[in-house]
Amino acid sequence: MHITCAVAALFSPRATTIARSVIIAGLTLILLIPAMAMGWVRTPWARGEHHTVVQPIAFDHRIHVTGLRIDCRYCHADAERTASAGLPSTKKCVACHSQTWMSTSLMAPIRRSLETGRPIPWARVTQLPDFVYFDHAIHVGRGVGCETCHGRVDRMATAEQVAPLTMDWCLDCHRNPGPRLRPLTEITTMGYRHSPSDTSGVRLVAQGDRIRRLTDCTACHR
Amino acid sequence: MTTIPIPRSDPDPNGSRAHAQLERYPIMRELPDEGTLTTQLLAPLWTSHPAWKWLFLASGALSLLFLFAIGVTFVRGIGAWGNNIPVAWAYAITDFVWWIGIGHAGTFISAFLLLLHQRWRASINRLAEAMTLFALVNASLFPILHLGRPWFFYWLVPYPATMGVWPNFKSSLPWDVAAISTYFTVSLLFWYLGLVPDLAAARDRAPGRTRRRVYGLFALGWHGSGTEWRHYRVAYTLLAGLATPLVVSVHSIVSLDFAIAQLPGWHSTIFPPYFVVGAIYSGFAMVLMLVLPVRHVFRLHNVITRRHLDHIALLLLVTGSLLAYSYLCEAFGAWYSGDLFERYTMLTARTRGPYAAFFWIMTAVNVLTPQLFWWTRLRTNVVVLFVVGVLIWVGMWLERFVIIVASLNRDFLPSSWHFYAPTWVDWSLLAGSVGLFSFLFLAFLRWVPFVPVSEVKREQREIAWESAYVDRDGAMPEVMR
Repeated sequence: MHITCAVAALFSPRATTIARSVIIAGLTLILLIPAMAMGWVRTPWARGEHHTVVQPIAFDHRIHVTGLRIDCRYCHADAERTASAGLPSTKKCVACHSQTWMSTSLMAPIRRSLETGRPIPWARVTQLPDFVYFDHAIHVGRGVGCETCHGRVDRMATAEQVAPLTMDWCLDCHRNPGPRLRPLTEITTMGYRHSPSDTSGVRLVAQGDRIRRLTDCTACHR
Repeated sequence: MTTIPIPRSDPDPNGSRAHAQLERYPIMRELPDEGTLTTQLLAPLWTSHPAWKWLFLASGALSLLFLFAIGVTFVRGIGAWGNNIPVAWAYAITDFVWWIGIGHAGTFISAFLLLLHQRWRASINRLAEAMTLFALVNASLFPILHLGRPWFFYWLVPYPATMGVWPNFKSSLPWDVAAISTYFTVSLLFWYLGLVPDLAAARDRAPGRTRRRVYGLFALGWHGSGTEWRHYRVAYTLLAGLATPLVVSVHSIVSLDFAIAQLPGWHSTIFPPYFVVGAIYSGFAMVLMLVLPVRHVFRLHNVITRRHLDHIALLLLVTGSLLAYSYLCEAFGAWYSGDLFERYTMLTARTRGPYAAFFWIMTAVNVLTPQLFWWTRLRTNVVVLFVVGVLIWVGMWLERFVIIVASLNRDFLPSSWHFYAPTWVDWSLLAGSVGLFSFLFLAFLRWVPFVPVSEVKREQREIAWESAYVDRDGAMPEVMR
């Protein structure tokens, strides 16, 4: 068959290169976009780690934990007994602070709370999704230290999330809790070091007969 | 351009009756020369039928209803549907199985019949493949909408997630994802590959530079050299080989959604072949519904002849009879098991339960109507074919509804029995999916060469060559096999 070019060519000589580049770029994007999304969710930014949460009061954990050596459970008193660790009531703050700092502007929200009877609206730092059932009591009672999930709170000027809080992170421990557990006497210790000779975690696991059920869907999704 | 005249052999006086019939219904007749044929088959691209715009708008409106119902489902969740325990699956899964089943005829025509050298497939394969694709678009939407939180549909795909768990490979949901995505990919590639030479023909004949450039873009620079054709045939046959097992595997996997559950009415080993047969059956019914009007409107009687209609009708007869056998086996299996619940579901609840009317309509339509096609006259009567096509199309939807809802609504505990009724959202999703299909199909008819020009011309040449050869030899033509 003879092709005669009576009319102008449909495409310029560069058209093939452009078309191929577009196809290659398209395919690359199809692969690259999910890959980048997968990378992004693994960054601390996507997970909300080390993100400053603005609180109504400039509460400094360093002073209270490191300086005054107050036990975590003095303020978060329900951690051993209920699902939620709890926050101190205004009265609990005042119990100590009536003697000190009370008249400063820093304490204004506490004074207001005392007058109105409305609790201080603390902002949540470590937020699990609604579809996850989480119970502080069982974790604390089985030897998961505060530090394990909340990090070195004793060094935090403002409390921040340090754990990725991904399901992978939860499962990491649920699949093999032994090495991460500590004696119940060390629950609130900050900077606890597992010594190789310390087999208390392993013993705790041995005592508990329900380890296999830790990876059941219904352990967390109820 | 030279034209090879088609030698018309005289009727063979010693030939069998079947042969005489085949001569009466050739797969192509009164074909013009190739140039005119190309002009004829591409003509619908350049002029719009007056009714097209209105049909397109109407189907677009129905598609908007689909979109709205999807929006309602997104915002309000599955609670917007009529589903409730124990009827956790209802319209959406019925629609899903129905649409994906319909898709199977396209693959059957394009792949199975290609490998079996069935020439009659050439004129209708593009249309049937488009039907497959658009049916799959609908089919894949329903399970996603059913997830509850459809925006997390990608959780079904095994990718390295931060969840630390893979999808549950023992669940049929990831199987569906694998089956449907493979099916869609292969179907799309197959369809597009077949289109390339015809898009090039459209490019070369399009009036106006814009259209020529658009078709030229999609023709990927095809210029019809011998090397290109050789590569094309190899790729086409390879894809057909890939697609062929999918005809059987995809609906088998869909059937396992049910068969792996222990519910009476679902828990049956006959399900995979039963579903595959039903899928091809419903698909051919829809092919008839699409081919007949298209053939009439675009005057395609010379390339889609009565021979095609006859073959589709025969396939409906075969698959319909196999389906009837499956129905029988299902009921027999339940009775033979001696199991109280199996017997109750299959023999009592289906025939006399709350959805008994649907069961009997479905049985009458799906079992009896294809039996009309024992008569040659009915196999080629377009009115009968169209009516039967629509009946089976509806009958197969009812079949899935009966399998799903009539099995679920009366499970093991009479205290949990529950009557299912759909909501307006369920109806809108069903009607909307038909709308979306029509919308896509009408767009396809308007802008895509829907009869494979190059394939038809190839078959025409082969027939001409073989007829000439046979005439000289005096043997019975192989052409019509």
